[in-house]
Amino acid sequence: MVTATKTKVDQSGDLAVMRFEGDITSTSEEAVLGYYKKLSGDTKKILLDFSKVPYLNSSGIALVIQVLMAASKVPQKVVCFGLSAHFVKVFTMLGLAKYTTLEPDEAAARTAVG
Amino acid sequence: MIDSPIITELRLPTRLGFEKVAMNTAASVAQIMGFSPDRVDDLKTAVAEACINAIEHGNEMNELLGVVVTLSMDDRSLEVKIRDEGKGVPSDAHIPDIDRKMAGEETPRGMGMFLIQALVDEVEYGQETTGGYARLVIHLDARDEE
Repeated sequence: MVTATKTKVDQSGDLAVMRFEGDITSTSEEAVLGYYKKLSGDTKKILLDFSKVPYLNSSGIALVIQVLMAASKVPQKVVCFGLSAHFVKVFTMLGLAKYTTLEPDEAAARTAVG
Repeated sequence: MIDSPIITELRLPTRLGFEKVAMNTAASVAQIMGFSPDRVDDLKTAVAEACINAIEHGNEMNELLGVVVTLSMDDRSLEVKIRDEGKGVPSDAHIPDIDRKMAGEETPRGMGMFLIQALVDEVEYGQETTGGYARLVIHLDARDEE
């Protein structure tokens, strides 16, 4: 069965790191959007940690797009890291690289977010 | 040399999550055939999306219906046929527009069929008397040679 998504948020000043664990699918709305909506109002920079996400389907990617949509309105800068090479390719094919940066690891993501 | 295709068949319940059974089985068969890791990953995503379409749209989440996944391998190709017992899925692979999605002018969803088309070598959708189907094919080629 799909592994339920767990989310942990590490907040430090205006930077929030949303750490996902488990599959991200249509059942992950609370874990992705729910946690995004609860971020501190001071958040200007967001890192999305996919390093413990073994499986994303298109419905899960749609939730990531909804985070990007909401973040763009604030505005907040969003950087993703920890995706496998396959999902970097999928995110790029779907155009998400136009609205977020895809970094290999947290150190690179922290540098990219500024 | 394979004289006639080797068949593996699964019957899945119409329940989200079980697409993972099909995608992992397809991955195992593709690995046996010698497909590269990249191509195996591509196939996994495509099979998962096709199964989800069968579950959500073909069978409309009706748990009384099933999804049959048939894998047919020969020397050079792997065909994965995903059959629902309902009305099938629309065959037009709409190209998702990220700019329109970000502007709220297009639903964030609806990317599955585009991914299927982009990640395998051949795609065919159709309707049989028992329900609809999606047929995905990948061919061994230079991309799989080390």
